[in-house]
Amino acid sequence: MSYFDLADRPLRELNAALHALPVDTNDTHWNVENPAGRHAIACGLTVPITVDLKGHVGYYCAGMNKDADVTIRGNAGVGVAENMMSGRVTVKGDASQSAGASGRGGLLVIEGNAAARCGISMKGIDIVVKGSVGPMSAFMAQKGNLVVFGDAGEALGDSLYEARLFVRGTVASLGADCVETTMGDDDRAALAAVLDEAGLADPGDFRLYASARSLYHFKVDNLDAY
Amino acid sequence: MTHRTLPRFSATFDPHTISEIQRAAATGIYDIRGGGAKRRVPHFDDLLFLGASVSRYPLEGYRERCGTDVVLGTRFAREPVRLKIPVTVAGMSFGSLSAQAKEALGRGASAMGTSTTTGDGGMTEEERGHSTTLVYQLLPSRYGMSPDDLRRADAIEVVVGQGAKPGGGGMLLGQKINERVAEMRDLPEGIDQRSACRHPDWTGPDDLEIKIEELREITDWRIPIYVKVGASRPYYDVALAVKSGADVVVLDGMQGGTAATQEVFIEHVGIPTLAAIRPAVKALEDLGMHRKVQLVVSGGIRSGADVAKALALGADAVSIGTAALIALGDNDPALEEEYRALGTTAGAYDDWHEGNDPAGITTQRPELASRLDPVLAGRRLANYLGVLTLEAQTIARACGKSHVHNLEPEDLVALTIEAAAMAGVPLAGTDWIPGRGL
Ligand SMILES: Cc1cc2nc3c(=O)[nH]c(=O)nc-3n(C[C@H](O)[C@H](O)[C@H](O)COP(=O)(O)O)c2cc1C
Repeated sequence: MSYFDLADRPLRELNAALHALPVDTNDTHWNVENPAGRHAIACGLTVPITVDLKGHVGYYCAGMNKDADVTIRGNAGVGVAENMMSGRVTVKGDASQSAGASGRGGLLVIEGNAAARCGISMKGIDIVVKGSVGPMSAFMAQKGNLVVFGDAGEALGDSLYEARLFVRGTVASLGADCVETTMGDDDRAALAAVLDEAGLADPGDFRLYASARSLYHFKVDNLDAY
Repeated sequence: MTHRTLPRFSATFDPHTISEIQRAAATGIYDIRGGGAKRRVPHFDDLLFLGASVSRYPLEGYRERCGTDVVLGTRFAREPVRLKIPVTVAGMSFGSLSAQAKEALGRGASAMGTSTTTGDGGMTEEERGHSTTLVYQLLPSRYGMSPDDLRRADAIEVVVGQGAKPGGGGMLLGQKINERVAEMRDLPEGIDQRSACRHPDWTGPDDLEIKIEELREITDWRIPIYVKVGASRPYYDVALAVKSGADVVVLDGMQGGTAATQEVFIEHVGIPTLAAIRPAVKALEDLGMHRKVQLVVSGGIRSGADVAKALALGADAVSIGTAALIALGDNDPALEEEYRALGTTAGAYDDWHEGNDPAGITTQRPELASRLDPVLAGRRLANYLGVLTLEAQTIARACGKSHVHNLEPEDLVALTIEAAAMAGVPLAGTDWIPGRGL
């Protein structure tokens, strides 16, 4: 186990050390003390290690994560796990805006709430939020699953492509081209797989929101939506 | 016999305007096309070099050296980009262009010792493989963005905007979203894609600074980070890009090409390249950063004269899009019959969004794309880049400069009052710079 105190040593050293690890490293667990809201902590990891951040983090923590398992024992700033490729990122507290933005794979679990634009532009990532998500969540979401145990703010799934949005609580309003639909077998299987991966039980009352696909082609009749 | 005057077309309702009203009425949707602004705006043609005279002497062509090399990204990057010529190939996406065209751009640029750039669709093996120096764009859409590609890039370009459409996102119509393009972008095949105009995880210069820090951390501060802006408020945009930590600012004027944008956007939003350069240079000078943060200018660069004029106004390099496509074979008169069949003519073809390009460049249709031979097209681009460089050197030598970067505004005069005011150089034959007092 490696130990790194950001109160004593600069972030550059931590990220450089993490980037230098070979894929088959034995140095597979890192404890990081005093993250103190610093930006870009543990971003760009590409090896299957676990990183435990003991406190709050700033912007873009675990950005572009590939294969690593990063836990934030506190709140996360803007863009946590942005463009994540694979692996897992867990936020024990709340997450700011744009959590999981344009993520392409892996699993992001937010145990608290997520602010606006959670899952914006997501491209294959799975995001589980145990609390609620803010407005404009899943804006232009392309692929992947967003699972919200609490409520969703305004304009959920605006201009949605093929991502699935599962929400248990209330939805303040739906964005353009986002509609509630009935769950098919595929949807149920996808939800079960995500919850299973996140280690959570399905309370059984999620509702599914998806794209009506009416904006997929330019049409005069859609003028209001452009 | 009655006397009639000749039919007279209105200057306001000219034939093109009338046809646009008719098209709009018939279809109910705005016109989308490729290319840049087509109307005349003040441009480099409105500037002239003074050349050597009794008070300054020229360099001998062919004998005395006139350097053309340029280094981009000296501010923070450990490995700045080193180019042999001050002309780069601008970002054009795979998706808007065929894989063959991307490969040809890489081949041509590499042969001349300069860089190519990815685009709104991720990095393809074809272009990485054939580009010695490849700039990787980080766009609002983030299609295909990956940390591995970031690390295989030689520089990163954060795209805030494009000259053809400052404030607009990308467009790629269904005809061009085939299986490979769809997969790279994580989109369904065949849809009319409109990509985001704002980045998903930052808004404003304070956030951009943190975003750039993240990109530097991911790439271990090795490669330069450019910020590309469409020309609208160049003084402030350049100042804010510098403040955000950019190594290089790319400034794209309104004549800059696009693969697909609303015509109204192309023609009516943003300012001409000529008008944008001096405010950008002024911002760098005011911050003490001119030549420390390099400036790359694009939008309507066609000849070595344009290159020399942009450099004289203070740019470190220029970038080309449309001209590079023409060099590959776009709008070739040899294809006239096919352009006619598409309802256009060689020299005017701009329906690049439709994916029917007979030259095999702006298409994803395999039978068309395979017409473009990447080796031959790359050779043509290399030839053209060579000519641009020779021409710029010719002018620089005539002005007595041993390096193209030694060209300066004092070497220039303007033909029109507009150009004099925009470029901040005197009207030819006078010492009047409009807007600068006396
Ligand atoms: C076919 C085509 C595709 C383009 N795609 C992109 C793109 O993906 N990203 C971008 O920043 N600019 C894009 N541009 C703009 C160019 O990078 C560049 O700014 C412009 O072409 C320069 O002006 P010029 O065409 O007059 O040389 C594209 C331009 C063309 C012609």
